[in-house]
Amino acid sequence: MADTLSDDVLRRAAERAQSKRFDVRTMPGFTTIAVICFIALYAPLFPMAFYSFNAGDSIAVWQGFSWRWYVSAWSNDLVKDVTVRSLIVAACASGIATVLAVLAALGTTRTQPFRGQTLIYVLINQPLMVPEIVTGVALLVFFAMIKVATGYTGLIYLIAAHAAFCIPFAYLPIRARLEGMDKTLEAAASDLYATPIQAFRRITLPLMTPGIVAGAMLAFVISLDDVVITELVKAAGQDTLPTYMLGQLRRAITPEINAISTALLAITVVLLTTIFFLTSKKE
Amino acid sequence: MKQSAENAVEVVGVSKVFGQGASEVRALDDVSVSIRQNEFFTLLGPSGCGKTTLLRLLAGFEQPTAGQIFLSGIDIAGLPPNKRPINTVFQNYALFPHLTVGQNIAFGLEMLGRPKAEVSDTVERMLRLVRMEALRDRKTSQISGGQQQRVALARALAPQPKVLLLDEPLSALDYKLRKEMQLELKRLQHETGITFVFVTHDQEEALTMSDRIAVMCDGNILQVGGPRDIYDHPADRFVADFIGESNFMNARIESVSDGRATLSLTAGATVQAILPEGVASSGDVTVVVRPERARFLKDGEAGASEVSLPATVETIVYVGTDTHYHLKLSSDEAFIARVQNDDRGGFLPAQGQAVQVAIAASAVQVLKD
Repeated sequence: MADTLSDDVLRRAAERAQSKRFDVRTMPGFTTIAVICFIALYAPLFPMAFYSFNAGDSIAVWQGFSWRWYVSAWSNDLVKDVTVRSLIVAACASGIATVLAVLAALGTTRTQPFRGQTLIYVLINQPLMVPEIVTGVALLVFFAMIKVATGYTGLIYLIAAHAAFCIPFAYLPIRARLEGMDKTLEAAASDLYATPIQAFRRITLPLMTPGIVAGAMLAFVISLDDVVITELVKAAGQDTLPTYMLGQLRRAITPEINAISTALLAITVVLLTTIFFLTSKKE
Repeated sequence: MKQSAENAVEVVGVSKVFGQGASEVRALDDVSVSIRQNEFFTLLGPSGCGKTTLLRLLAGFEQPTAGQIFLSGIDIAGLPPNKRPINTVFQNYALFPHLTVGQNIAFGLEMLGRPKAEVSDTVERMLRLVRMEALRDRKTSQISGGQQQRVALARALAPQPKVLLLDEPLSALDYKLRKEMQLELKRLQHETGITFVFVTHDQEEALTMSDRIAVMCDGNILQVGGPRDIYDHPADRFVADFIGESNFMNARIESVSDGRATLSLTAGATVQAILPEGVASSGDVTVVVRPERARFLKDGEAGASEVSLPATVETIVYVGTDTHYHLKLSSDEAFIARVQNDDRGGFLPAQGQAVQVAIAASAVQVLKD
């Protein structure tokens, strides 16, 4: 046997541990880096929100407080139009994506492990990996073929495109929820005479609901914010709120854009906070 | 084999193989066992012996690779869990976290489509049975581990199953609560008259609670019998070793007559013992003696039905109720004698002392291998 550590070595190690426990927060520069990161992330949002309340026409010169740009945005029929369209697309797309994501999550967590499971994960999460512009171009070409063949040019294309790239955003929280759920609960339900459908309705579904709501909200936000794919897929007169704003920016910039952006930011923050509370709730 | 309806459960030649080819695992190997109506039956064995697999086969969570399982004489091998009048108490209880205590207990009855009035009556009765009346409307996350255990029991008993399966349900409880629940389970089994099949790796638990015990190892059942039977007459070395503490000694069979063998112990004495079936009537055998069946002799006078062996005391270990004397026999074999600390003033040797240890002849058991 090797000699044990001498008392001296032990005492010195204990002293060192006392004075400086290993903790990332005590590393030099940690606080500075964290603060810089938060400033870089959030600082630009403040002037935007600030100037949305500007009484003047400039987005850089403060001329007093006013709600005028919010009123102007609210009474702008074009803004109303594109907002309604955005909400319709986001609601439909997140709805479809969530249903598909629930089925995919059940299929990947409530079955025996099967060959090619990893491939399935990759395929489901593909929209997270493939550059959006590539998906957009591909959809543009694909939908153009269908448009030529059928003559239909409605909103369905946009909804389908949004639903497709929203699936992984809905899938990930739902799958996380299912994976965190004890499978014995379903076994217990079937042991207590529940048919597979009853077990799903009475046990699995209620327990996975927070995951479903979180997934749907995330999908909704992602759809609401999308520019690249929407820009490529939309037909003439099918602007959504973000593409409308992009269009406005090419012309004269007024604080109305700030006001719309701030409102959009507020909605997003509310939704994301809800998701946070839903997913972090301990069972 | 005849499938009599008198037995609650009849397992006939059941094998269960997991995996294929090189990774094949034979969890159960041609197991047959009968579980009687209304008995507390325990499957006892170390982890990986197949006891939980057998339980899962009874519940219907797994299908046997070969063999049949009869419930009251009916082959249930092909039925899914929800079609079997068998309920399970899971190791982690598996209570439904989004339902209250009362809703958990009502679940099975509701799935069976029982009328509302009957469901709520039964729930009340079950809550009384497990002494949880006050907690009916609590969420299951708001009650203690021992209370969760009772809810799990009540939930599984509520639909009046033919057989109740219990998968190591006490292992998550602390020592005192476990002792309490052991008696509680025994009482519940008595009051409900339902056949209990209990899985455990804790031999003490098995001896305390069971009417009969099946000792399992490596996918086989080695011995089935009452607690006293298994403890006093272990069939082989594994059972003797697994249940209670054992002293193993080498011996040679000198002669056999009328099923009794005259053995000469390597440690230096001759003793008569029953020769179990399946043991050769000559040659070397292993015998087992329980530590509490030995006592120390003061002046070398062994009783008529005792054998005495010379030994040296090596270590003395105090364990509260008893003192364990680790001895070395003249044959260099180790032997542990357990003496109760009852202040009766019997002769107690000191460390290093040479002593005579007396063993009741009836305590000497010949093992199969």
